[in-house]
Amino acid sequence: MKKLINDPQDVVAESLEGFALAHPDVVQVHTDPLFVTRAGGAVPGKVGLVSGGGAGHEPLHTGFVGVGMLDAAVPGAVFTSPTPDQIAPAIAAADGGAGVLTIVKNYTGDVLNFETAAELADADGITVRQVVVNDDVAVEDSLYTAGRRGVAGTVAVEKIAGAAAERGDDLDAVAAVAQRVVDNVRTMGLALTACTVPHVGGPSFDLGDDEIEIGIGIHGEPGRHRVGLESADALTEKLLTPVVDDLGLTGGEQALLLVNGMGGTPLSELYVVYRRARALLAARGVAVTRSLVGNYVTSLDMQGVSVTVLRLDDELTALWDAPVRTTALRW
Amino acid sequence: MTLDAAWAVDWTRRSAASVAEHRDELVELDRQIGDGDHGENLSRGFRAVVAKLDALDPPPATVGDVLRIVATTLMSTVGGAAGPLYGTAYLRASKSGTATELGPDGVVALLEAALDGIVTRGKATVGEKTMVDAWTAAVAAAVDAADHGAPPSQVLAAAARGAQEGARSTVPLVATKGRASYLGERSAGHLDPGARSSELILAAAAEAAADAD
Repeated sequence: MKKLINDPQDVVAESLEGFALAHPDVVQVHTDPLFVTRAGGAVPGKVGLVSGGGAGHEPLHTGFVGVGMLDAAVPGAVFTSPTPDQIAPAIAAADGGAGVLTIVKNYTGDVLNFETAAELADADGITVRQVVVNDDVAVEDSLYTAGRRGVAGTVAVEKIAGAAAERGDDLDAVAAVAQRVVDNVRTMGLALTACTVPHVGGPSFDLGDDEIEIGIGIHGEPGRHRVGLESADALTEKLLTPVVDDLGLTGGEQALLLVNGMGGTPLSELYVVYRRARALLAARGVAVTRSLVGNYVTSLDMQGVSVTVLRLDDELTALWDAPVRTTALRW
Repeated sequence: MTLDAAWAVDWTRRSAASVAEHRDELVELDRQIGDGDHGENLSRGFRAVVAKLDALDPPPATVGDVLRIVATTLMSTVGGAAGPLYGTAYLRASKSGTATELGPDGVVALLEAALDGIVTRGKATVGEKTMVDAWTAAVAAAVDAADHGAPPSQVLAAAARGAQEGARSTVPLVATKGRASYLGERSAGHLDPGARSSELILAAAAEAAADAD
């Protein structure tokens, strides 16, 4: 394993130490327990937004803490959800008196720990609502699994709910708009290589040099099947088709197209995928009115990509366009 | 023969040692059908538990007191699904272990409470390829041993054997709960890491009880 780390045990803490030093105007890092809040703390009267999950998906979630998005983010160990005694203080720190919405990706550990934390916060008199993001269409027969995973669509949920909270919506309204994004966003991803988890020291799963895993989550755990090497255009079609079909997107509708890198894929290749996805959507009569291309929800150094489509209406578009000032997203 | 707080402390220390010894095995099992963090998370959690026990003066008075420390420490250090699942198991077990000494029925009640906690938290049932498979078989074997008049150490020995069989039974199963469920059919042929760690922990309980005899 060749990595820029000192001790696998210290990766998350040392990385956040650097993060805090680099961005003191945007974030504040709390070390005991470990969580990140926006600089200046909770905004009185504003609904607080809290998300979190295993580290290793940066910039998710710490990179999305700031004005117009999250009030707090709670990183766990690499690929491991945070614990309730981290999450509950983060919820308390994000509460400006108007309650807190937690945005949780549908992974068993994340859901269990956030539920427990919400109970603790509730016992302290903080009103907590929760939305569970489950945008991954790769998981088939979700009745027989832990359900669809929450993946790159989480960025859209955090951005749009963040904008709603910033404009002064109450907790019910922010939760409702977050749920509306969850209901209208779908994602599918693929991996060209496994990633290397620091405490494992080797590839997180076995994938041959001539194999591509279609339907990965954000840890590389598979969803559909393996295929041999194919062109970027063919692979993009394998990702986009199930996304659009599941969404039931039809001609005349508007959409946001997010092409997300898994950490180890060059931006140039992401744009190759974007180009093809855009053409496929155009062929279906879907107008892509907003776009995002880059590494937003990653799996350490994995080579791979996911394609996310969000059905847009005027309100969601306006909330997407609203100003945001975080370390990873700002306009 | 009965079991007391000293047994629970010994159980915990043996669990920590066993989980540390099998850390890489648990990582590899989890890597095959999950995301490879189970061994690391659990050994980090049990290291913290032992540190907590080492720092306690006076030592805990009852089995329940020991298990409550295990529960809260695992919940606050493990994360993932294993943290809340084991944390809840130990928390429920601690509530049934309030007597200073446990006889066979007390041991059975403790194991039943632990299983009940795991099922409540994880909402899994037998046959879904999770730690529930190991714990259910362990409880059944413990009940059977207690019904036949076995002393606590034998009840736990039976539980450990049951857990081992329950864990082995997960190998051919297709997972429908937890991270492995995303693999669908491809999860068959692998030992569930949570069932394996449950087996290690119950074996530690039996070994500590055998030494207490």
